[in-house]
Amino acid sequence: MKYVLMFVETEQFAKDLAAMSADERERAYQRVNQWFLDHSDKIRGGHKLQGPHTATTLRLDGPTPVTTDGPFIEGKEVVSGFTEIDVADLDEALRIAKEWPGCPVVEIRPVES
Amino acid sequence: MTTTPAADELARVVRDHAGRLAASLVSLLGDFSTAEDLVQDAVETALRRWPVEGIPDRPDAWLFTVARRRGLDVLRRQQNYRSKLAELQWPLQPAPDDRLRLIFTCCHPALAREAQIALTLRVVCGLTTGQIAAAFLTSETTLAQRITRAKRKIAQAGIPYRIPRDDELPDRLDEVLTVIYLLFNEGYLSSSSDRAHSRDLVDDAEWLTALLAGLLPAEPEVTGLLVLIRLHRARTAARFNDAGQLVLLQDQDRSTWDHAAITAATALLTRTARRHRAPGPYQVQAAIAACHSEAPSWDDTDWEQILVLYDMLLHLQPTPVTRLHRAVAVRYVHSAEAALTELGALHQELDNYPLYHATNAELLRAVGDSEGATKADRRALELTTNPAQAEVLKERLAGAELT
Repeated sequence: MKYVLMFVETEQFAKDLAAMSADERERAYQRVNQWFLDHSDKIRGGHKLQGPHTATTLRLDGPTPVTTDGPFIEGKEVVSGFTEIDVADLDEALRIAKEWPGCPVVEIRPVES
Repeated sequence: MTTTPAADELARVVRDHAGRLAASLVSLLGDFSTAEDLVQDAVETALRRWPVEGIPDRPDAWLFTVARRRGLDVLRRQQNYRSKLAELQWPLQPAPDDRLRLIFTCCHPALAREAQIALTLRVVCGLTTGQIAAAFLTSETTLAQRITRAKRKIAQAGIPYRIPRDDELPDRLDEVLTVIYLLFNEGYLSSSSDRAHSRDLVDDAEWLTALLAGLLPAEPEVTGLLVLIRLHRARTAARFNDAGQLVLLQDQDRSTWDHAAITAATALLTRTARRHRAPGPYQVQAAIAACHSEAPSWDDTDWEQILVLYDMLLHLQPTPVTRLHRAVAVRYVHSAEAALTELGALHQELDNYPLYHATNAELLRAVGDSEGATKADRRALELTTNPAQAEVLKERLAGAELT
């Protein structure tokens, strides 16, 4: 089954990351890279996204499309990236997601087949 | 009005066979939801017909036949399921007990707690949606929606029908035990002398734990929970007086306890403790229950031992509720004043917990602060949703006014 892992950053996580020394940050990035290498046989693509300040939201449910600055929900938690994995079932998806060394929240969503 | 033996018998027979049939059909069809619908249908048919026709000699074969016939009927368009069902003959191949997989699927952590409880009761214990709704005082519609949503998630999110891997087993087993413990608590606390219309959830909880203990004999916490439930059940006869009112442990007539059951449960706990180091929280709670069960009276309770056990429990489970219970032991080992100090530290966290205020009242009364005690009992009465507890508190408040 295919699942998308949505990586969610919190304000605290962003602060902690900013407070790190260059070396520490480098090590944190390496841990994330290692995770991608460890699970490369299951990973089917995905991307890190640019920050929420770069987001533009378009609302199409009114009489005319409305364009606004910012993500679709304003909140302390923002989606910062996603990756698609192909695994046997939710238990395997959970196993992989539990090893994720990056941001502190991951949403797991099955892909509609 | 009491439950007639026939209804008990009916519940027991359905429970013994429904889960087993569900487990076999899920394996066979590979579709949890469809299999479960067929079993539920067979159970409802049985509950309609058995009271009239009597329980058949082979209830398992009977349920199987009804589920199979129903399946062939409703699955007309789903050729793959139909052909699988058509080939299926009684008796089913003797397979290892699939109910363990069933339990782990129903209690999967990706399902909401309420859904885990409802699914386990329906799928593993063979309760009908109506029975579950009655036991939890929820509407049948709400409950049916909860079950439908959970089954849809199992199918669409890819929740597997599988026993967890060894490295995942401790966490997943915790989840299962929590579900059973909540079930037991719900049944135990909401029970009253009038069980005319509700299913005895305590009975289901004990049955589930015993099943689990048989399927996972090497897990000491399962045995711990089983002993805990059995020790509480052994005191059932003393929990209500003739008028149907709740009697607190300190006031119970201990001669009506089931002492044979207490001895058996305690022996089981001792045997388990001997085989394993470092007991988990259920074993410790069972040990505390054993101390109470073996005490000849409230005054002759081994409070020092109970305090030691609460210290162990607090180490494993540092929750405010555990601290509250521990404070009662502190009262009898040290003093009511010492216990009040402990309670003072919990005030903020447990301000909405009725038992906190009821315990506070008892302690305040013990140190002679009857005004404070009355206030605390009133607060407990405001907060409690349990009619039996409310009765006890009202009586206590009425008694306080007289003196």
